[in-house]
Amino acid sequence: MDDSLSGTVAASESPPAVDMLNITMMFGAFKANDNVCLTVPRRSIHAILGENGAGKSTLMNVLYGLLQPTSGEIRIKGERVSIDSPSRAIELGVGMVHQHFMLVPPFTVVENIILGREPMRGAGVMDMGKARADVKELSDRYGLNVDPDAKVEDISVGMQQRAEILKVLYRGADILILDEPTSSLTPQEIKDLERIMKNLVAEGKTVIIITHKLAEIKAIADLCTIIRAGKTIDTVRVSDVSEQELASMMVGRTVEFSIDKKPATPGEVVLNVENLVVRDYWDHEAVNGLNLTVRAGEIVGMAGVDGNGQSEFVAALTGLRKAESGVITISGVDMFNKSPRTLFEHGVSSIPEDRQKHGLVLDFSVAENLVLQNVGEPEFSRHGFLRKDNIMNHARELTETYDVRPAGCAAAKAGSLSGGNQQKVIIAREVTNDKELLICVNPTRGLDVGAIEYVHRHIVSQRDAGKAVLLISFELDEIMKLSDRIDVVFRGKVAGSVEGGKADQAMLGLMMAGGEAHAANR
Amino acid sequence: MRQTAEGSLRARLRSVWNDTFLYTLLSILIGLLAGSVILLVTGFNPIEAYGTLFGGVLGTGKTRMYAVQYAAPIIFTGLSVTFAFKTGLFNIGAEGQYIMGGLAALVVSVLMPLPAGLHGAVAVLAGGLAGAVWGAVAGLLKAYKGIHEVIVTIMLNWIAFYFSNFIVMTPMFKKPNSTASVEVSETARIYTDAFKEHFGSVHIHWGMLLAPVAVAFCWVILNKTTLGFRLRAVGFNRNAAEYGGINVGRSISLSMGISGMLAGLGGAVQVLGVVGRITQLAAQEGYGFDGISVSMIGGINPIGALFAGLFYGGMKYGGSKLNIIGAPSELVNVIIGVIIYSIAIMGAFRALVFFFRAKKEGRPL
Ligand SMILES: Nc1ncnc2c1ncn2[C@@H]1O[C@H](COP(=O)(O)OP(=O)(O)OP(=O)(O)O)[C@@H](O)[C@H]1O
Ligand SMILES: [Mg+2]
Repeated sequence: MDDSLSGTVAASESPPAVDMLNITMMFGAFKANDNVCLTVPRRSIHAILGENGAGKSTLMNVLYGLLQPTSGEIRIKGERVSIDSPSRAIELGVGMVHQHFMLVPPFTVVENIILGREPMRGAGVMDMGKARADVKELSDRYGLNVDPDAKVEDISVGMQQRAEILKVLYRGADILILDEPTSSLTPQEIKDLERIMKNLVAEGKTVIIITHKLAEIKAIADLCTIIRAGKTIDTVRVSDVSEQELASMMVGRTVEFSIDKKPATPGEVVLNVENLVVRDYWDHEAVNGLNLTVRAGEIVGMAGVDGNGQSEFVAALTGLRKAESGVITISGVDMFNKSPRTLFEHGVSSIPEDRQKHGLVLDFSVAENLVLQNVGEPEFSRHGFLRKDNIMNHARELTETYDVRPAGCAAAKAGSLSGGNQQKVIIAREVTNDKELLICVNPTRGLDVGAIEYVHRHIVSQRDAGKAVLLISFELDEIMKLSDRIDVVFRGKVAGSVEGGKADQAMLGLMMAGGEAHAANR
Repeated sequence: MRQTAEGSLRARLRSVWNDTFLYTLLSILIGLLAGSVILLVTGFNPIEAYGTLFGGVLGTGKTRMYAVQYAAPIIFTGLSVTFAFKTGLFNIGAEGQYIMGGLAALVVSVLMPLPAGLHGAVAVLAGGLAGAVWGAVAGLLKAYKGIHEVIVTIMLNWIAFYFSNFIVMTPMFKKPNSTASVEVSETARIYTDAFKEHFGSVHIHWGMLLAPVAVAFCWVILNKTTLGFRLRAVGFNRNAAEYGGINVGRSISLSMGISGMLAGLGGAVQVLGVVGRITQLAAQEGYGFDGISVSMIGGINPIGALFAGLFYGGMKYGGSKLNIIGAPSELVNVIIGVIIYSIAIMGAFRALVFFFRAKKEGRPL
């Protein structure tokens, strides 16, 4: 660790909020954390950066009392403590928001927040009025903007997350751990969250945030600790380093942000969508009259502010939701309202939006997940009987090619992998399907920059092999980097189309906000 | 990595041993202990009582075969519940499927004259088919109408129950001056008298052989085939299975159909092999519910269901022996009940042990 850095912190202020010293965490013989040191000054935003599987979540689970370190020492506000459970962590003022939320969907926000800490009025009578007032007050103070009476199942992912933060604050935490809070948020929601984090610090709280987004670290964090393969590499002052430097420190090599992409040579139309109408859950026409084509050998990016019909469009396209009317064809064959199975058989492969819901069977092994769709093929079964050796070999090959960590995880349950590595399993499966059309929805969600680079190369190489690729992503950078053509959706229609190389953030932003299609030509 | 692969195999063996087998044995022990407390309180000597019970079951070849005769139908219903559970479904309807299986076997035996041997086989198959249809109805309603299988199967149990009573009492099937059906036809009987000198009045029937075959069938389907792979995938994560191109509705219907078939076979072999007729019932006989117990005692595992079925069958038979010393045969129900509760509580207990061990070893929960 950088001595001068911790020196200044210690000298100028009271003891740091969190001091983790030489933390080692073993899973069997595997060292997920290897002598990790982390010092977080009070009233700061401290980022933790590292590759998928580097041990970030593990380290935070140790701090939150979910895991007991094999060795090492933890100090909270200068005092040596042993945190043997989350309730002990909460007593010490440490709160954590997990990547996958833990809210009860049919309950309201207030009910969720007070769960387990219900304010009582006399014997066994819950004081809902007080609870509501407390929650409202907290929400206002930090600008969290949550509706205390809304049911969790009805609110957006962003608001669910703010409810989680509120829950942690309600329990009196002054050190907040956020594990990849932004990976499932839209750009607007990310902006709100950044503002909230700054409010928190202004009010005297300390925030530890795990994120893979370098721009975000640059924008909000004061310090950043880099972890690689379970070891602390360095802690740096964010203002002193560039994104490029952060990336190289984390991966241990130079990361190419730009991608070497030959001009596209589009061929026949593969996906053709005409006048598609899809109703959403509330029976609104979320997609109304959408037209889109994707040719072989090109990547078409679909950009748009969340809620303009993208989810419904993809659901209809992948057979998860019935469309109202319109035309969908794949290589000329009618694919309107067909089942996922039929779509798969006619050349559609897709990386789903929600990896745990649609992508993986978490209780199945990685190997089983990798043959979920094609277990019926002769390579993996004969006369209806599984060929387990082949299935395992297939998995070994893919996990190696796609760098799914830890090495040799083919037989491990998919649920035991780190979030980013779960995503890699899905990508490995869908890309090796080698179908005419590859649909990617937020394909690099939760991946580290090194892995993103790698996945991007795979997507481009699919294109170069003559496949049609449809990319739907909240990350404008990703869309701009990969797409040969960008279609912007607005209110359920494609509002305009721009050639990939010619797009810039400002122009796309304008179009996404409903500006005229010819904004492209300015 | 080689090392971890080996380690994981050993760990797996250990976990099977630890988690399921030992806990089950422990639960059985607790059940027997609870039984002895009751015996003591009611003034019987537990050692004498258990001696009578187990001696009565294991004593001679004949009594052992009696236990097997008691076990056969509940091995089938136990498998039925187990199969459904392994694919994420809770089949409370084994009772109704069992009834329908028995009824179909009776009907075929009475109305469809066939040569001996073939007749029995066809009647058994008809029973399996009827059970499968009964199960598949619940599966279809779940798959395409979203109605929970627990509710549907409970209702189907009553429909089967009254339907069976109704059919049995129609002139075509009713045996005059009785509250039972006519006997199954001679040609459709599936028991043999060949072992009479060894086993006396025990009905040695083909169902006793069919039961282990059904166990193997379940195990192979679940663990070795693409069908089982898909059914389990649907059980674990319906959404991902659907997204992965598995026909979820078909899987659920099929799974309930297979589950129902197993229970139906149980009913058929019991009617054709042991009872020989169907009586008009005042209450459900409980073979299907026994199946839930068997499935639980067997650790929700097909092979476990075989042994649990034998154990439970033995206990049921042995219970009647308790009358010899004047102890109530209902004691057996108490013991089984305590075992089931212990196993259920063991789940919680296991979670606790796991929690403390995890803490000690620093594993995540
Ligand atoms: N319960 C567990 N048993 C065994 N290994 C585990 C367990 N939990 C985590 N690991 C392993 O420890 C390593 C670190 O995992 P961790 O979840 O901390 O990664 P991470 O840095 O948060 O990655 P990501 O960015 O993908 O979320 C991984 O290789 C993971 O597979
Ligand atoms: Mg993580």
